[in-house]
Amino acid sequence: MDISTNTTAPPLPAQPPAAEQKRAARATTRPGDRIFLGLSRGSGIFLLVVMAAIAVFLTYRAAVAISKDEANFFTTFEWNPTGSPPMFGIAVLAFGTIVSSIIAMAIAVPVSVGIALFITHYAPRKLGGVVAYVIDLLAAVPSIVYGLWGILVLVPKLDGLYGWLDDYFGWTGILSWQGGAPRSLFTVGILLAIMILPIITNVSREVFRQVPQMHEEAALALGATRWEVIRMSVLPFGRSGIISASMLGLGRALGETMAVAMVLSPLFDIQVSLLDYGGGTFAQNIASKFNEANPLGRDALIASGLVLFVITLLVNGAARMIIARRKEYSGANA
Amino acid sequence: MAKRIDVSGLNAYYGSFLAIEDISMTVEPRSVTAFIGPSGCGKSTFLRTLNRMHEVTPGGRVEGKVMLDDENLYGAGIDPVSVRREVGMVFQRPNPFPTMSVYDNVAAGLKLNGKYKKSQLDDIVEKSLKGANLWNEVKDRLNKPGSGLSGGQQQRLCIARAIAVEPNVLLMDEPCSALDPISTLAIEDLIGELKERFTIVIVTHNMQQAARVSDRTAFFNLAAVGQPGKLIEIDDTERIFSNPSVQATEDYISGRFG
Repeated sequence: MDISTNTTAPPLPAQPPAAEQKRAARATTRPGDRIFLGLSRGSGIFLLVVMAAIAVFLTYRAAVAISKDEANFFTTFEWNPTGSPPMFGIAVLAFGTIVSSIIAMAIAVPVSVGIALFITHYAPRKLGGVVAYVIDLLAAVPSIVYGLWGILVLVPKLDGLYGWLDDYFGWTGILSWQGGAPRSLFTVGILLAIMILPIITNVSREVFRQVPQMHEEAALALGATRWEVIRMSVLPFGRSGIISASMLGLGRALGETMAVAMVLSPLFDIQVSLLDYGGGTFAQNIASKFNEANPLGRDALIASGLVLFVITLLVNGAARMIIARRKEYSGANA
Repeated sequence: MAKRIDVSGLNAYYGSFLAIEDISMTVEPRSVTAFIGPSGCGKSTFLRTLNRMHEVTPGGRVEGKVMLDDENLYGAGIDPVSVRREVGMVFQRPNPFPTMSVYDNVAAGLKLNGKYKKSQLDDIVEKSLKGANLWNEVKDRLNKPGSGLSGGQQQRLCIARAIAVEPNVLLMDEPCSALDPISTLAIEDLIGELKERFTIVIVTHNMQQAARVSDRTAFFNLAAVGQPGKLIEIDDTERIFSNPSVQATEDYISGRFG
């Protein structure tokens, strides 16, 4: 909640000139420096103001909604803000959002790292360039197109995979299948994985490309094979970069709206099996309910948006902690 | 363990550019041979052909023969990876693995080569660090990152890493050029000790260093930029620095060149 302290930011623009005058007395400030200082400082302040405005907006409207909620906002499996009494909760949405994102990450991160390594360390230079270009194209496809492809092409082809998973892993409970349309969180996860693949691949590729030659040669000179070079030099050096890349991907997966809304068969309930249709995500739920919602309904949706906002903040914070914890081994001080 | 190196008719290319031409020389076991010569004359390139690191560079290609005792490093069916396990290398800039501790850096090559028990590893790591005159400085911080050491210590750590796998030959590519004089002296002393066990080849820009540490000195030169580098002469260090047989060598050593 300390974000709200930033709401005191607006008076700030009045201060910089005063501070600048003091500095001018010490050193001659050239116009170029002054303009650039003003621009960069202004951009920084602008960002903080926007973040604060979003946080305040979400918090205020969410508070209105939650105060009228007759059920527990966090544990209720129901979304009925128009009923009397109004009852709604985010349990289903949180479950759906987190589970589909985990599935997406589990698929996308290893594949992306593999592609990035292929481009930078295995493929001949020309082929690597072609693959990198195709990945860039993949990033430019709008999410609505992914949604169309998902519902028209991917979903009809998944019966076979679902049947196979049910046959061999159905005993786990979470991968059993009752035979409904494969418009489940699992399918959403697959689709999200494809959507976040380009960003994770591109960022990892850049990081792998920056591994200093001397670290790779250190491993080579010890008699390391190509895979051992990657294991000893490239992956450790790229570790924090891979985490950052994954977080960017995760951010997109958590917030993806249209593609999920088109593929997922909405049913406001938590299915034990990932393969059975039903469930929902924050973004999908907001998109599909916002137009028909009454004022309280809209506030309720905004409250769910606030939860998504907080989850994203937590995920980013956790990633930063992971990166910081091994900072002295990061290679940054080499 | 130390082996004789016998090079004959060696050419090295970058793409279609011939970088060094027709080099032949013999390096005796348990001796230090220094390569000197102006920048760009191909001495580092030649050094990197001795452990098949040259071909790692895109376009890098080698013709000719490098015999390590009876084995041609460029013979058919020779795996460059196994060559590099036999011929260790120390680079210009200290390059310990930044994500590994001091201990893991030294053990890195051993872990590639096979399975060792923890107690065996401990012994070899201690022996190698002692061999690199680094043990007393790092014995209390074996689990700290190797990149936290000073530059001179890092370079000795790299030497410890290279000798831990007991190579037959140790190649050093300007190992002191990034170090201060005191660290340089430490490395030079170390080279004197290591030659009891290894065949050592060292590239250096510092002629006093070549005179101090080496038994034999090879002088490389190139006719002009864009021309391939050639071996001008190789002889006992004392002779190269007092009475070389080629005028170009004398000019270079006494600073009269160009």
